[in-house]
Amino acid sequence: MTQAEAKNVNVWYNNFQALKNINLTFEPNTITALIGPSGCGKSTFLRLFNRMNDLIPKFRLEGMVTVNGQNVYSDDVRLDEMRKNVGMVFQKPNPFPKSIFENVAYGLRVNGINNKKILEETVEHSLKQAALWDEVKESLKKSALELSGGQQQRLCIARALAVQPKLILMDEPASALDPISTAKIEELIFELKKTYTILIVTHNLQQAGRISDLTAFLYLGELIEYNHTKKIFLNPDDERTQNYITGRFG
Amino acid sequence: MTVIDNNIEQIKSDLIQMWTLVINQMEKARLALVNGDKNLAREVRMNEKRVDAFELKLDMDSEYVLMLKNPVAIDLRFILSVLKINYNIERIGDYANGIAKVAERLDGPVPEDILQATHLPEMFYTAQNMIHVSLKAFENSERNSVNHLFGMDEKLDKTNNNANAIICKLIQEKPDDIMLILNALSVMRKLERTGDHILNVAEELIYYFDANIVKHSKKNEDF
Repeated sequence: MTQAEAKNVNVWYNNFQALKNINLTFEPNTITALIGPSGCGKSTFLRLFNRMNDLIPKFRLEGMVTVNGQNVYSDDVRLDEMRKNVGMVFQKPNPFPKSIFENVAYGLRVNGINNKKILEETVEHSLKQAALWDEVKESLKKSALELSGGQQQRLCIARALAVQPKLILMDEPASALDPISTAKIEELIFELKKTYTILIVTHNLQQAGRISDLTAFLYLGELIEYNHTKKIFLNPDDERTQNYITGRFG
Repeated sequence: MTVIDNNIEQIKSDLIQMWTLVINQMEKARLALVNGDKNLAREVRMNEKRVDAFELKLDMDSEYVLMLKNPVAIDLRFILSVLKINYNIERIGDYANGIAKVAERLDGPVPEDILQATHLPEMFYTAQNMIHVSLKAFENSERNSVNHLFGMDEKLDKTNNNANAIICKLIQEKPDDIMLILNALSVMRKLERTGDHILNVAEELIYYFDANIVKHSKKNEDF
């Protein structure tokens, strides 16, 4: 079963066409890296899956974007319901100015879950999944803002996991972190694959190589090549892909 | 030109120099053998150290690129191929050195009748041609000429397969020249091994050009 899909997707910002006829499918329990030079449309593409582009003025979409077989741009879709299935992690950690516990519990409370036992169990489970539990279990009431950058990013991942999404979108999740925190995040992403489907935008090609199963190379709004990561990094079919990953343009 | 381009150009240039040196070593070893030129044989043995130095430098420089430059795609295939080509070319340098040692041991040139009976001139020609063709294929990215190497190696194998019969017959005919004949046999073996090493190089070139692994495939297959 396909977890997420983009079918004949075209996107415009006013008159500028940001994505050109993209067709991609994502299978469950895979990590797909979206790579390409700045402005190639990879973040735009990523944000289609939780409709984060909707608020951008003059944004226009043609084509279909589905998660779990449901068209996320369909008129009858409730955004809050849809986003429960699609977690998002951003480049810079963005914890709320609340306690560690309340950050993770936030999504549940928004969805009307206030049962203390359920909240405690979910917070613990999510923090364990995000490989942060052992570091914060004694200080759950501490402000999230007191955590290190790497810990804050894992907290944001725990917050995304708490509502049990199917798809997790990551937009350069480790680019603001030091190598040790980056390694932890990468290890975590690799573990999360067992349960979730992950799309990750990254400018770090070595990171794409280390963690992803599949890689999509976008250039000037077009999908140039989509294949197994090993194939892309050993012998890409398209010369533009080779030029990009070997640093010869972009 | 990117940073890694500079490294790759340097490595390519060093490998071509080493390859050319080994071609010269093999030619000098041949001349030393057929002309009984001990001075030339000694020169080959002295130059063997240069071949070894190239091998070490290429190993180190390739490791450096792997460690610090994160090569991918064609760059990665280039470095992985160079590491193996380097090893094989150095081994051919060893055979040239071994042939030079034989030339040093002999009292004079190998007599013409023994050269002809052992097919050493043809074997030298084929082996040296293979080294030359493989170098040109690498230097100029001549993918098609790599395929010719497989056919050339078959010629060497064919002669080598008859080597025991040839040598037995020669010993029977010239029992007084037994040491000379056994030395000729050792040169035949070295030239046959040279062909094998060039085939290894050919496989690495195919990997570099096409990303195809053809090791352990049937040699006659058209790659």
